[in-house]
Amino acid sequence: MTTVAERKVIGKRATKVDALDRVTGKAVFGADFAMPGTLHGKVLRSPHPHAIIKKIDYSKALAVPGVKAVVTSADFPIAGAGTAGGELLINISDLRRLVVAEDKALFAGHPIAAVAATNPHIAEQALDLIQVDYEVLPPVENAIQGMQPQAPLLDSNRYTQSLGEKSSKPSNIATIHHLERGDVDKAFQECNVVIERRYETQMVHQGYIEPQACSALVDADGKITVWTTSQGSFNVKGQLVALLQLPQNMVKVVPLEIGGGFGGKIIVMLETLAVMLSKKSGRPVKMVMSREEVLKATGPGSPTYIKLKTGVKGDRLYAVEGEFIYDAGAFPGSPVGAGLNVALGPYKVENMRVKGYDVVTNKPRVQAYRAPGGTPAAYAMESQVDLMAEAMDMDPVEFRLRNGVQEGDLMANNQPFNRIGLKEVLERVKSHPSWNIPINGKYRGRGVASGFWTGAQLTSSAQVQVNADGTLSLMTGAVDLTGTRTTMQQICAEEFGVTPDKVHVSVGDTESVGYTDVSGGSRITYSMGTAVNRASQDAIAQMKQRAANQLKVNAEDIEFADGWFRVKGDPEKEVSFLELARTSRRGDGPIIGKGVVSKLAPAPEFAAHVVDVEVDPETGKVNVLNYTAFQDVGFAVNPTQVEGQMQGGASQGIGWALTEEYVWDKGILRNATLLDYRMPTALDLPMINTEIIEVPASDGPYGVRGVGEVPIVPPAGALANAVAKATGVRLYQLPMSPERVLKALRDKAKDKA
Amino acid sequence: MKVPLRFIVNSEPQELLVEPRQTLLEVLRDELGLTGTKEGCGNGNCGSCTVIMNGVSIVSCCTLGVEAEGKDVLTVEGLAQGGKLHPLQQAFIEGGAMQCGICTPGFLMSTKYLLDNNPHPTEQEIRLAIAGNLCRCTGYDKIVRSIMAVAQGSGG
Repeated sequence: MTTVAERKVIGKRATKVDALDRVTGKAVFGADFAMPGTLHGKVLRSPHPHAIIKKIDYSKALAVPGVKAVVTSADFPIAGAGTAGGELLINISDLRRLVVAEDKALFAGHPIAAVAATNPHIAEQALDLIQVDYEVLPPVENAIQGMQPQAPLLDSNRYTQSLGEKSSKPSNIATIHHLERGDVDKAFQECNVVIERRYETQMVHQGYIEPQACSALVDADGKITVWTTSQGSFNVKGQLVALLQLPQNMVKVVPLEIGGGFGGKIIVMLETLAVMLSKKSGRPVKMVMSREEVLKATGPGSPTYIKLKTGVKGDRLYAVEGEFIYDAGAFPGSPVGAGLNVALGPYKVENMRVKGYDVVTNKPRVQAYRAPGGTPAAYAMESQVDLMAEAMDMDPVEFRLRNGVQEGDLMANNQPFNRIGLKEVLERVKSHPSWNIPINGKYRGRGVASGFWTGAQLTSSAQVQVNADGTLSLMTGAVDLTGTRTTMQQICAEEFGVTPDKVHVSVGDTESVGYTDVSGGSRITYSMGTAVNRASQDAIAQMKQRAANQLKVNAEDIEFADGWFRVKGDPEKEVSFLELARTSRRGDGPIIGKGVVSKLAPAPEFAAHVVDVEVDPETGKVNVLNYTAFQDVGFAVNPTQVEGQMQGGASQGIGWALTEEYVWDKGILRNATLLDYRMPTALDLPMINTEIIEVPASDGPYGVRGVGEVPIVPPAGALANAVAKATGVRLYQLPMSPERVLKALRDKAKDKA
Repeated sequence: MKVPLRFIVNSEPQELLVEPRQTLLEVLRDELGLTGTKEGCGNGNCGSCTVIMNGVSIVSCCTLGVEAEGKDVLTVEGLAQGGKLHPLQQAFIEGGAMQCGICTPGFLMSTKYLLDNNPHPTEQEIRLAIAGNLCRCTGYDKIVRSIMAVAQGSGG
């Protein structure tokens, strides 16, 4: 492995390997894939948020010319045990009921039946002819209502799990998490500042621009092939095998180009229905969601209610008491546990007592959304931190520095941190112009917030083949969401000492490469990068052995550099990389390096964002003037793509903070279009400046850390702190939409009067 | 009942039968196999389906196929000419102006329309011109910078 100074490819700005296909329209995304004879599937969805399904009659739909198959829950096997998912887990039995409703519809948009027809318009018309008798039930509209003892129950067989015990009565509270450290009651008595506040955030969507899409084909012998746009091919295969109760070798999943995921394309939605429609019709079936279906019926991010009481002793954050309520939607599995970790992770706290509630409601079942659970938790905690700093008349960056964690300190789950860069990030903020240049003007203010995310590691597989002409074919099992093929190409080229154009990189299907977990949890550059490094080293080791055989020495005596295998201490004895590559076709046969990673230490990500805002007192609109994202990325393999992750995460966080929310009316979503669900446009954002800090991670090659998720953690807190500075009014609800800000300004004016 | 449609797509005359209810987006994708034009929302809010018709940028998901009768349509597939990329395509590649890339064709078409009519726009004019195109991956920073590079003559 090369030293930092010797690195020729990694650490440099590399052009995205798949960019040309994207700018010319050639890249094949989910909806672009087609097979001859394909049928088109459409889904009938419940109009009611909560209802018993008494009877489904689809005979009239089946009679429509062009309709080839209809499926309902009755077509699927009874679910077995186990869990599925990549970031947020879901029970298989719940997943089966999520994919298509059994006896009850649990949210407006819940699939009831699916139709396959010769064209999508015919399939849609046939949906109207399916007769469903519903017994409409009162909905659970939010988690607070759902927790009340008299609330309607989504599932009369669901009991609360808490501290290893099961509740005596059924409940919508699925799980209560507990974190406890020190003596909280005593600690608060010793504090000089105690602040207690409540925060609320709304359901938001990942907002990927490509709606879910897939195609499925069941062969005559029962072998299933699925082409899909998911974050994990093996993950889709695992869920299908579990739901359909098939041997693993009967399902093959082929990844297509994916138009954004952000955690929202991990759980199978259409795939299961498409497979069953193909099985029944004997033809390939393609299904593509509409945007309305995406917003109403995929997996948004949890709405939350967070109560925090924090105390300072001297200048130390000394005690935290909290209650985090996360709405999971129709089935359990919200990211409340991760939320607790994110809130408490960046701070040394000796005394804490925190509870997290995972609550089901009549809404779509949530999925992961970039640092799942982190943004609301950090919004609440980072608001508290600014309130404490203000009460102590201390600079908010200084307060964070004094109380920030370092290597060896404990995470909220009592695991010690390995090497981390929070201090380096905050030091950079402290000395940076974005924090120090004065901000002047009425209704203008500057805010800062920290962010933390542990990141995942999981299992990754890669293989590299040395071709007879010396070129390299690299294949990984990781779906490329945003540019990881390019990063993997760089790593492989670095290890072989070749230019990146000598490495062709592809993403394999589930039968051409080893098991690989989902592309999520900021894990691909870290975990798959390690696998590619190992695969490259494995191939080089095989070539060293061949060189040793030719030169009649031991393999340990061979060193590889600059395209030559040479005997150590006797460099006259050498054989070229190209000559050995040729032996793959004649002589010793193929050279295929294999790299597998299943155990890496966490490489925690830390960030801090600084934002300047101007609030319009007439309309309540918050305008973002300047934005700077600081982040410890360990080592930036491709700085262009790292900046892109930081900018993209920040802009999603800005949307969450200022404009995005699901608007509900008795369990019915009222803003299921991209006009009314308001994501940031180019006009809403300034340039997003990036400051890359590199504190090498403890494990893995090159010191890389995951970078994708933590940039969405700080924005809401930073913006809330900036709005408070700009107006003197603090917002305790997200999004800080014009109406909420205006109301807060008017309430303040009334209080003064 | 299908009706005849004759129009020009990427400089080639096309003649085919379409259903009157088919959108221009469906005609391009499903009938002509030009899948570079994407559907992100189906009601004109995301801009992924932007094409240029008779010199004006339009959202093809909100245009019926039959409305293109006798017109001249340019899609992302027709942007490169004579084996040479359009300067915007080159700038998007060099500037890292895409991540997942599903929105990229729409951005290229909206921006081509802008530069055809205003070759040297300001940053604010660029942001206004692409405000109807949603990108969820990039935060627009590298997209805007890439367009500025072309507008200032240093890109492509």
